[in-house]
Parts: sequence; structure tokens; C-alpha cells
Amino acid sequence: MSEDMLNHKFDYVLRLADNVMVLSQRLSQWCGKGPALEEDMALTNVALDLIGQARLWYSYAAELEGKGRTEDDLAFLRDAHDFHNFLLLEQPNGTYADTLMRQFLFDTWHYQYLQALKQSTDQQIAAIAEKSLKEVTYHLRRSSDLVVRLGDGTELSRKMMQTALEELWPFTGEMFIDDEIDVAMQAAGISPLSSALKVAWDTHLADVMHAATLRLPDANSWMQKGGKQGVHTEHMGYLLAEMQFLQRAYPGAQW
Amino acid sequence: MVVSATVGPPASTDQIWHWLGEVSDPEIPVISVTDLGIIRAVEWQGDECVITITPTYSGCPAMDVIAEEITKVLHSHGINLPSIVYQLSPAWSTDWMTEAGKRKLSGYGIAPPQQQVVDISSIQRYREVQPAIACPQCGSVDTQLVSQFGSTACKALYKCRACLEPFDYFKPH
Repeated sequence: MSEDMLNHKFDYVLRLADNVMVLSQRLSQWCGKGPALEEDMALTNVALDLIGQARLWYSYAAELEGKGRTEDDLAFLRDAHDFHNFLLLEQPNGTYADTLMRQFLFDTWHYQYLQALKQSTDQQIAAIAEKSLKEVTYHLRRSSDLVVRLGDGTELSRKMMQTALEELWPFTGEMFIDDEIDVAMQAAGISPLSSALKVAWDTHLADVMHAATLRLPDANSWMQKGGKQGVHTEHMGYLLAEMQFLQRAYPGAQW
Repeated sequence: MVVSATVGPPASTDQIWHWLGEVSDPEIPVISVTDLGIIRAVEWQGDECVITITPTYSGCPAMDVIAEEITKVLHSHGINLPSIVYQLSPAWSTDWMTEAGKRKLSGYGIAPPQQQVVDISSIQRYREVQPAIACPQCGSVDTQLVSQFGSTACKALYKCRACLEPFDYFKPH
């Protein structure tokens, strides 16, 4: 494999890791504060699945890089501009409606993306995708169900879900933008193009939003982007400051 | 007849499978790691005893404990060089759980996973009808899903409408 290709692949796997790492961190912030015991458990269970997946991706990225860095180094010792997660996932938890809508928008993408990634020519990527997909299927089932129940719920719950959808909407666009890395990975048979997922995402979204009696925002409205290139919203630094505090304050600390 | 000059492995793979049958799941102590179906292979590679295991859930904290327990049990039987290899694909499925394991779960108060080849495409739909799960306490199928996620990653939370007891359901995976 050429050095360029190897670098691209490392960056690509890091993106997959960063997405689930950052969302897991956000979800774990709900621990002990969920609106109901069952919801608290569900959120932390999803966080646990995602951190497990992040470990698999980071370990593989570290192996590809081959410079002796570990999964922990990659999670705890990189700064915001080196994280390449979607902007959507670093958005603050907000109300429960915001957290749930963020989850649903991501789960829909994640499910479709992993389905495609199972066909990767890279066996380790395909194996991690296959493993993750089983867990994400439950995530998507739960978040779809709750979006319907709260959207088609009381006047207040519907209003909160609609507001959450509109506020998070501008962060959904970048999930479907191809860049140099996407193109190189697709050409090598390693991943689908990001843009190729849009139709399946739209279809599930329209189906659930219809059942939830929620109004989809304008598909052509202006979209934020930059997460995949390491240009983040103002929230990212605070998220990392909390997540990485221990390793920064006590370098090399272990359990 | 060929007589090997070297000493053979200290235990047959059958014997090792038997020992692994005594390693419990730390979260659900009534079932063993072989009941769970996470042991994919046991083989000797020279002096090294290689145990291949498939993780249940990516983030399941029990996996580290299970690896430690396996190592400890093999050490106690004089196997000095056990090594644990993780295999992700094919991904673990509850279909690999043994019938004995399922009976033990039920006796422990956890509804066992329904036998099925997990067809992922059929369970993504939010409107999919849930199969009836029998209450492990009273046997009634008049039960209700409370939450897809329960006390551990592998379980969902149910409530029985007949005896009113809550119970865990080991999710098909």
C-alpha cells in the first residue's frame, strides 16, 4: 500500500472512531440525570456500545499507523483539530428532545453506513462494521420509536421535538459530503461514498417523521460543515477538556 | 509405532472445553462461557494453548473479566501458556447459546432469547411487532416491553402483566 493510501486509511478509520467516541462522551454526561430510570439506562447502554466500538476503531487505527500509539493515546492525547467527527455529535445535550433527535439523526446514518461498510474489502473494517451493526440496529429501533412517540405525543413534546429537529438540521448536511479521503477509500473498495447514503437516510427519515407528525426542514437549506476536516464548533474544546482531563493532568495514569 | 520424544500437550482440547464449561459469565453466574457460545476455538499451537473468543457486545465490561477467568482456570490446570485471541467476525449471535444455557437463564429469572437467525433488516423498523416473551416467573405471555435496554448491554427490560413482576429479557442478537 502506498504511503498516501495508508495515511488516508488511518485518517478514515479515525473518523469512524471519533464519531462514536464523541457521541459516547455526550451520552455518558446523562448518566444519573435521565428523565426516567429506563431512559437513563438506555442512554448509558448506548454510550457503552459506542465506547466499545470506538475502542475497536482506535485500536485498528493505531495498528495502521504503526508508530506505537495506543487506542488511549488517540482518544485522550489529540486536540480538537485532530478530531474528525461530525459537528452534529459534539452539539450539547440540550433538552431530552435535543439528545434524542441528535441520536435519531445519527443512528439512521450509522445504520445505513455500517450496512455498506460490511462489504468493505478491508477485512478488519468489515468485521468491526458487522459487529457494530448489530448494536446499532437496537439503537436505531429505540430512537425511531421514541421520535414517533414524542413527536406524535402531547402538544409540548411535539413542539420540543420539532424545535430540536430544526436546530440540529444544519448539522446533518456534512454527513453526505464526499472529500478526498472518501473518494480514495471508495476507489479502493474500502468504503461507500458518503453521498451514496443520502437516499436511504432520507427514506427512513421521511418515514419516521411522517409517523411522528413532524415537519422536515427544507432539504436545500444552508448546512454547516467542517467536522470531518477538524474545524469544530465552539463546544468541542469543552467536551475534550472534560473527557481528556485525567490524562492531561496525570500523564500515563492507569487504572 | 512412532513414539514421540517430546512431551505431548498437558491436556486434550476436549478436556479444555470441559474446563471452560466451568468458567461463569461474571454478570450472569448461572451460565458458562461455553453456554454463551463465545468460545469459537480451542487449539494447541506448539506449547501455546490458544482460545479464540468472540465478544458479545463491543463495550461489554464482562469480556475483560472473562479473559482473566479463562487464563486463571487454565493456569490452575497446569497450562502455562494460554493465550486469548479475539475474533470479531462472524459476529457473536444469541443463536450460538446452548439449549442448556437458555434453560439455566430461565431458571435464574431471565427470559432467554427467542431462537432466531437474527435478520437485521427485519428489526430496524420502529413499527415492527415484538414477539411475545414469556415471563420467567409465572410463564404468562401477557408481558410488555418497558425498555430496549436493561441492566446490562445484552438485556431488555420487561414487565409481566399477569404477575406484575419486572424481568430481564436476554435480547436476540
